[in-house]
Amino acid sequence: MSIDIDTARRVASLARIRVEEDALPELASEFNAVLGFIEQLTEVDVEGVEPMTSVTPQRLKRREDVVTDGDQQDKILKNAPDAREGFFAVPKVVE
Amino acid sequence: MLDTIEYTSPKPKVIAGAKHDWELVIGLEIHAQVQSQAKLFSGASTLFGNEPNSNVAFVDSAMPGMLPVINEFCVEQAVRTGLGLKAEINLFSAFDRKNYFYPDLPQGYQISQLYHPIVGNGEVLVDMEPGVARKVRIERIHLEQDAGKSIHDMDPTMSFVDLNRTGVALMEIVSFPDIRGPEEAAAYVLKLRQILRYLGTCDGNMQNGSMRADVNVSVCRVGQYEKFAETGDFSHLGTRCELKNMNSTRFIQAAIDYEARRQIAIIEDGGEIKQETRLYDADKNETRSMRSKEEAHDYRYFPDPDLLPLEIEQAWVDDIAASLPELPDEKKARFVTAFGLSEYDASVLTADTANAAYFERVAEGTDGKLAANWVINELFGRLKKDDKDISDSPVSAEQLGGVVKLIKAGDISGKIAKDLFEIVYTEGGDPAKIVEDRGMKQVTDMGAIEAAVDEVIAANPAQVEKAKQNPKLVGFFVGQVMKASGGKANPAAVNELVTKKLGL
Repeated sequence: MSIDIDTARRVASLARIRVEEDALPELASEFNAVLGFIEQLTEVDVEGVEPMTSVTPQRLKRREDVVTDGDQQDKILKNAPDAREGFFAVPKVVE
Repeated sequence: MLDTIEYTSPKPKVIAGAKHDWELVIGLEIHAQVQSQAKLFSGASTLFGNEPNSNVAFVDSAMPGMLPVINEFCVEQAVRTGLGLKAEINLFSAFDRKNYFYPDLPQGYQISQLYHPIVGNGEVLVDMEPGVARKVRIERIHLEQDAGKSIHDMDPTMSFVDLNRTGVALMEIVSFPDIRGPEEAAAYVLKLRQILRYLGTCDGNMQNGSMRADVNVSVCRVGQYEKFAETGDFSHLGTRCELKNMNSTRFIQAAIDYEARRQIAIIEDGGEIKQETRLYDADKNETRSMRSKEEAHDYRYFPDPDLLPLEIEQAWVDDIAASLPELPDEKKARFVTAFGLSEYDASVLTADTANAAYFERVAEGTDGKLAANWVINELFGRLKKDDKDISDSPVSAEQLGGVVKLIKAGDISGKIAKDLFEIVYTEGGDPAKIVEDRGMKQVTDMGAIEAAVDEVIAANPAQVEKAKQNPKLVGFFVGQVMKASGGKANPAAVNELVTKKLGL
């Protein structure tokens, strides 16, 4: 699979990362290098090998259903560029 | 237990186009908020209606370095739901990130289960009318996080965001395209809601958004669906459109109906249906394309590196299975067989657990059918008039049971029973004692009834002559005697005596 400039532009836009038009060819070529490496990895025969999800055997940590957090509106809104009446205020998003 | 009540499948809805007849094929994705105290991956409260941004942990606002820790009870609730829908429980499931940007999603991704959902295939029996039901297969249920809430109408240039709902656990319940009409779709949502409420896994409150549906609709020519059902090949069906975020069964029906007709008109005009997401506008009763969502559909899912796979033990699942309550289908079947109720009455009484429990207490030790009549016709009617719920009924199940027992024993007539019910409803008290104290007992003393009959006959010689010509007039005498006795005479006995005395 080869990434062209249009695909690079689209990926950048989906990730909300601004990439200037003249930087796209290089980005596309970097993507291709990464994908090339991954293609190389797919040559390894992993038939019957379980995907490794952890280096040491571990069980997903669980929590009890108890309210232990929250009630900190001021802290939650502290870094917001704009907040009003307890809400985050953001530029209007309309469907 | 599903097979204790026999049923046939409903006929699919057929819509006549300008050129052909068309059928509908519908599948639903229901988002049901898990009933829990805390969120799926944080310790913040799930309570609805709190101050904005007060139920928010730093995990929910996606502060750097915060890690999700799963709420075990939410997992248990999903498993319970799966068992309630007779579904496979997957002992291994895993979480993935669904990536998209929106102001009410601080993480920039929703944690969901695309590749390995916790629940697999199940089924729901959707009752349409007595003896008619559709079996709708469930494809999967997965656990995921809810997003926050954006409010667009508080300011002309800004949107306001509240993260209280962010991270609350949702179950997405996905059906197969087994639903064949708008009414079936609405009935499916209601049945699912009933089951979730019985299980206590979701409060089913659609107004508060605890249950929302995405509805997939396509149309096909008559006969095509059967080909699809046989082969599983979707090419026999039309292209589907997804109606997003419906939170009322009435709107679901209207939206499906509109959408089907829209698609039929396009196809009959020689056009093609474009697969897309649409939004229903209830004010205009139409659906419109949500073009903004098209680009966002590339969610770039990948396994969430913050979370290990979720592995659960069969013994734990078995414990949950052992604690399941009696479910609606089973309860209904039992009401039909144990109390001799009609399927309709059984459906009404098992609509929710509070009604069912109330009825069972009324029926205890007496006639189930009579008890059902009194609960459904008298009590429910009276409560509805006062806009009251069964939980704040002024008449307790024991009191109503007392009334029913008095009727069954022949102590009071049906008419007196209605008066008695009204007294118990407005004043309270023990029905048997009220009957005793106020002399409401039915007169079964034949001597007393006979005297009253003689009196009425003697007082109405003209009517006696007429009645001899026209035996239907016997009702006049029965009425007079009943009136004279204050409604307490046994009507059957009066009728028999009058007929005999008039020599009819």
